[in-house]
Amino acid sequence: MSTTSGLTRREMLKVTAVAGGGVLLQATLPMAAASPPDDVLVGSQELNVYVQIDRDGQITIYSSIPEMGQGIKTTLPMIIAEEMGARWEDVQVIDAPLDEDKFGRQGAGGSTSVPRNIGTMRRVGASAREMLIGAAALLMEVDREGLQARDSQVVHISGQHRSFGQLASLAAQQPVPNPETLTYMDPSEYRIIGTSVSGVDNFVIATGLTEFGIDVDVPGMKYATYVRCPRIGGTAVRFNEREIKGLPGVTDAFILEPNDAVGESEVWFLNGVSALRGGVAIVGDDTWSVFDARSKLKVEWDESSASTDDWSAMVAWAERTAREGGGRVIAGNGGVDAALADERNRTAEAFYQFPYVAHVCMEPMNCTADYRRGTNGEPDSLEVWLGSQFPARATEIAGRLFGMQPEQVQVHPLRMGGGFGRRALHDFATEAMAISHRAGVPVKLTWTRTDDIHNDHFRVGGFENMKGAVGPDGRLAAWEQHYIGFSNGGRPVMGSGLRGNELPAVAFPNARIKLSMQEIATPCGPWRAPGSNTNAFVEQCFIHELAVLAGRDHLEFLLELMGERRWIKEGDIGALNTGRAIDVIKLAAEKAEWGRAMPKGSGLGLSFYFCHAAHVAEVAEVTVTADRRISVEKVWVAVDVGPIINMSGALSQVQGSVVDGLSTMALQQITMTQGVIQQDNFDQYPVMRIAPTPEIDVHFIESDNPSTGLGEPALPPLAPAVANAIFAATGERVRSMPLSEAGYTLV
Amino acid sequence: MAKFKLRVNGRDREVEVRPDMPLLWVLRDKLKLTGTKYGCGIAQCGACTVRIDGVPTRSCVLPVQAVAGAVTTIEGLAAKNGDPHPLQAAWIEHDVPQCGYCQSGQLMSAAALLESNPKPTDADIDQALAGNYCRCGTYVRIRKAVHSAAQARNAAKGA
Repeated sequence: MSTTSGLTRREMLKVTAVAGGGVLLQATLPMAAASPPDDVLVGSQELNVYVQIDRDGQITIYSSIPEMGQGIKTTLPMIIAEEMGARWEDVQVIDAPLDEDKFGRQGAGGSTSVPRNIGTMRRVGASAREMLIGAAALLMEVDREGLQARDSQVVHISGQHRSFGQLASLAAQQPVPNPETLTYMDPSEYRIIGTSVSGVDNFVIATGLTEFGIDVDVPGMKYATYVRCPRIGGTAVRFNEREIKGLPGVTDAFILEPNDAVGESEVWFLNGVSALRGGVAIVGDDTWSVFDARSKLKVEWDESSASTDDWSAMVAWAERTAREGGGRVIAGNGGVDAALADERNRTAEAFYQFPYVAHVCMEPMNCTADYRRGTNGEPDSLEVWLGSQFPARATEIAGRLFGMQPEQVQVHPLRMGGGFGRRALHDFATEAMAISHRAGVPVKLTWTRTDDIHNDHFRVGGFENMKGAVGPDGRLAAWEQHYIGFSNGGRPVMGSGLRGNELPAVAFPNARIKLSMQEIATPCGPWRAPGSNTNAFVEQCFIHELAVLAGRDHLEFLLELMGERRWIKEGDIGALNTGRAIDVIKLAAEKAEWGRAMPKGSGLGLSFYFCHAAHVAEVAEVTVTADRRISVEKVWVAVDVGPIINMSGALSQVQGSVVDGLSTMALQQITMTQGVIQQDNFDQYPVMRIAPTPEIDVHFIESDNPSTGLGEPALPPLAPAVANAIFAATGERVRSMPLSEAGYTLV
Repeated sequence: MAKFKLRVNGRDREVEVRPDMPLLWVLRDKLKLTGTKYGCGIAQCGACTVRIDGVPTRSCVLPVQAVAGAVTTIEGLAAKNGDPHPLQAAWIEHDVPQCGYCQSGQLMSAAALLESNPKPTDADIDQALAGNYCRCGTYVRIRKAVHSAAQARNAAKGA
């Protein structure tokens, strides 16, 4: 950063010769100022990306945001390439190392990678383009004004042109343009943005050569497994050490004491999650030897402070709480009680329930760590390899575990075999580091699938007791939503509760939102669209219930609830825009031919949800047989996330969200008995297979709103659309997930 | 510990391991062929699918001592000259992978399908790939890509 001091108003360029005769264009943006200079976007410390052009015309773009299947490694470089005037075929994308001093925040979560980085990507691309044009002007001895960059060339109006490869060396010596004077391409000229681009890693994936975290191989590496107490929070007292150490392929075995301090974090939902839980580590020559040794392991556990959480007790408590009707009011606009009591109104009350669910990323949690003790007075050092949504957290954990400074720790981020929020949390990294430290060798810790389920930070389960009234005019007259959920340390856990800024509180007349919370010890964490993925089910199903109560068409009733086209909070992309909502609802309904006659046993269901700055409506068509075999035939999705960058990637995210939403609502539930998670593997916690996959028809409204992320927001509307369709098909109301618990079989 | 001779992707390999070690871990930890993935260890998810004499097999529950036949893993799916298998080309064309972790297993199951059934229907695909989970939900594109690969393969063979 010292290289940029005194240059705070200009980007600075570094030119480095690279092997093979190319040059490195490094657009370094000012970072030193305590407050960002006013000519730079807020968050300018995140604005730092490399573009490299070789003499042969190969363009290398570095990807700094972790990839977990959301496609960001393809999406963001497309923006740079577009603004540069590059041909996509000339671009290769390489993973950037973890270096937040250079690249800014290298994290992925909350569907924010596009909105956080799009401005930077455009600036880096536009800066590179201007430097290439500057070089071309010198070489061709013409004015810049007559030059244009496209297809990896700079072309003059006279027709003469130079390739980017020919220009690279000279371009690197051009002054970096002032961000204030940069111009950006008109979207009508886009050749890359908005097209379908296949993921840049697809070849290595399809040939089995991708290196996920679990594939890491380090010289001298041993393999480790870590056995925690089946009752969450229990600690290991002693185990049959001699027997375990004597097993073939086992080289070491030991107890790790719990260390809560490692888990401390200033980020509320991360606080505590990276704590070291007490358990037994087994280290050996290969994964199978240590996994198999677990069958011989006998541990005496201290369960005095272990979890006593019990799902059936939670259900009983919630039902009682709903009956008693208390709860803390977090939002309300009056008139609710009067409207509910008004005899002219028709009223409904309904109790909804949703289970805890696990993440079950296809790649079980794993981490490789190499703790090396310093020799000759040198400090100790640590290398960590892991797939993580926030890999820099590993450095913080090392600091808390070993008192290490960041410069003693090197973290290698790797592609993730799924994230879904789970890899925002790093308890497995804590364990790998602690095991390597104790064992004195590099170790790869791989969780078994059972570890992965039992030690998850779950999508929290919960309940909502709903009351509503519709007037003689058929309009909504009252809405009361009593959320009955879970807290830890007095604070709702991630994904539990409501904020009071959801649709009913901001848009409905006579609405009241209440919370009741019970303390739990079960770890909970972010799970694809936290909070929204369960609340959408309740809110959008109960709206349908009230439409039915009023004898109204669901589409008409839902559109009426949106009222006038308005932005609830002008200029805030995190706030509902009823106009955009109306547009996606109408589009999904139109594409599904809403209102058409359906054969017996078939039905259409509608839903809408706003979250992650995205407006999404879905219609599901289901068929239900007399023996409760349910088939989701087709799902129509209308999405407004602004302009789409990678059409193929965007479609993938929506298709995947529909499948994930269906898989979860139909099949999945985690329960616990006296703190012990009851589901051990996929035979008890299934994932949807290929056969039930519906046809998925996706439509994007590319509004002039800024592009936002799509990893999460298409998931929440799926469950209510399907549940509402089941009602349309059968007259039976689904108020609890998963469908399998209600006797439905997804086919 | 015992020595086992295996034929993997057309090469003879010898490993000295416990006889009960599942083939999955022999491939991954001993032969360093990490394209075959661990997902569950109980033959539920299909991430570990390899082909043994052409038959899709869950390597996570197959002890190495029980391996009787030539093993093909994802690393051996492409042609010997390096040309991608039509399925691999179709996977790229249709942008199938999201996280990518399950795709080795999907491809190995799909490759076996195409050899026994050059013109599979959706139902055939659903049946052949029923053992392979995809947590990201790429199933829609898997179907498309298998159809596309089947067509390409048939066209190449003049079928």
